[in-house]
Amino acid sequence: MMSAAPDHSPTFARLTLIDRLGRAAPYLLVPVLVVLGFLAIGAPTSWLTLTVSGLAMGMMIFIMASGLTLVFGLMDIINFGHGAFISLGAFVGVSVLFALPGWTDAASLPLNIAAILLAILAAMVLTGALSWVFERVIIRPVYGSHLKQILITVGALIVLEEAIHVIWGGEEIFLIRPSELRGAITFAGAALEKYRILAVVLGLAIFFALRVVLRRTKIGLIVRAGVENPDMVEALGYRLKLVFIGVFIAGSALAGLGGVMWALYEQVITAGMGENMMVLIFIVVIIGGLGSVEGAFVGALLVGLLQNYVAFLEPKLALISNIALMTAILLWRPEGMMRVAKGH
Amino acid sequence: MSDPILTLDAIATDIAQYHILKGVGFQVPRGQVTMLLGRNGVGKTTTMRTIMGLLRNKSGQIRFDGQEIGALPASARARAGIGYVPEDMGIFTDLTVEENMHLAAVSGAPDQARLDWLFSVFPPLKTFWRTSAGNLSGGQKQMLSIARAMIEERRLYLIDEPTKGLAPAIVATMVGALRDLKRQGASILLVEQNFAVARALGDKVVVMDDGHVTWEGDMGELATDTGLQERLMGLSMEAG
Repeated sequence: MMSAAPDHSPTFARLTLIDRLGRAAPYLLVPVLVVLGFLAIGAPTSWLTLTVSGLAMGMMIFIMASGLTLVFGLMDIINFGHGAFISLGAFVGVSVLFALPGWTDAASLPLNIAAILLAILAAMVLTGALSWVFERVIIRPVYGSHLKQILITVGALIVLEEAIHVIWGGEEIFLIRPSELRGAITFAGAALEKYRILAVVLGLAIFFALRVVLRRTKIGLIVRAGVENPDMVEALGYRLKLVFIGVFIAGSALAGLGGVMWALYEQVITAGMGENMMVLIFIVVIIGGLGSVEGAFVGALLVGLLQNYVAFLEPKLALISNIALMTAILLWRPEGMMRVAKGH
Repeated sequence: MSDPILTLDAIATDIAQYHILKGVGFQVPRGQVTMLLGRNGVGKTTTMRTIMGLLRNKSGQIRFDGQEIGALPASARARAGIGYVPEDMGIFTDLTVEENMHLAAVSGAPDQARLDWLFSVFPPLKTFWRTSAGNLSGGQKQMLSIARAMIEERRLYLIDEPTKGLAPAIVATMVGALRDLKRQGASILLVEQNFAVARALGDKVVVMDDGHVTWEGDMGELATDTGLQERLMGLSMEAG
């Protein structure tokens, strides 16, 4: 009853070695940079300390950037207000830590970690909830207009920073890490800060969790397809706007999480800390490829490692190292390392 | 004629400052293949996108199975039973063939019997099941695009130029697949530039020009009247 078609022969061309290397190149950049760092620094202990520090910094930047890249890729929204969620997450998280001195000062790693997790949870819940209002009030009226998005989200960033000043005061707030996460361990003669190791572990866990959600679940399929061709996802029957709101809330909650981790990394918080991070975050999002979580991950590691290596080798160049990295990558791949195909 | 599955009444649609559809009205009969014909740029794709809800009509009515759907978003129209194959195929190239198909099965995992049928109609989809859709050839992408619309039973299929730029062997596959779908009683609105394909599949014809419907009638009437073909479209179907 049904007609069978001829079995059309495959049309794949055999990939050349250069093509294969080109595809794998972004993933190879991190180990290449680590090796170059080793050769340039010379001293293995210094190199190991800087590498762990760079990876920790990169992981935290990735956590803050992952939501922004998905929001940009999925709905073409440029959200400078993202920085305010980082600051807000830091202030909420630090407030929770200050409220739990018995847990943070105890010589117990489980209690210390529990305090941090509670701080992260509070920061994520609050920034996630606030981002829902932010999307409805600030973002929704300016869909489709980048100029308006930039103007209104920069305005919202300023308002939220001032709100932080009103609630927590205008001064810097200093904090001390929970007792068991202070100091360093010695490994192969190198001093590795305990908190940085925790940051690397947590960052990796979040990266793999995001990958599982994006690669193994239906909602992940919808998000990945929506980044490529939102109209077609709608035409298949999915309400992409609801998905977008979910991604926006999750991305802002991750910014809040990143804010708590960055606060514990720097051990000082200010209302403008998120705004200051936005330059690095945008660099990561752009060099990774707009909408690519994997690209943001690789980009964040490159930024973190390069900044640490260059600051050690030639401190004056540290300020421009990441701009130079972005320039070099965009000259090589103008749409970022892992460009996400756009269907329209 | 039984009640139509789709009725367009005086649809006007703008894209930016351009008036593309200027009062389009026609009916798609239930269980038939309706061909939407016309030269390039007369508004056929805009009509399809307006029906699907990807463009909003500024006036007029769209009734699907008796229900006005003009205010519904595209997702609601899809869930109401409209399947859409866009002119650019709309394949998610970063996803595998399997992921494209799973995404199209909105109500759950794809039905295995229906999947087996689609594999029999489009064998390359089985061969390249785990392959990134971006690596498929143009013909294979078109097969995926149509199979994706057919993975769940729809009450109406909107298919925009499925044979465009394809090799003759693959055009034959497409025609075979659409014939199968027609045999199953599906209602189809099909934009097609290839007159031979249009004649092979169409029951009814709607001809558009400059944002209007200029002729509506049976395929048999148009297929046998070369004068009418030349007057309506400037081409003879004999040429196809």
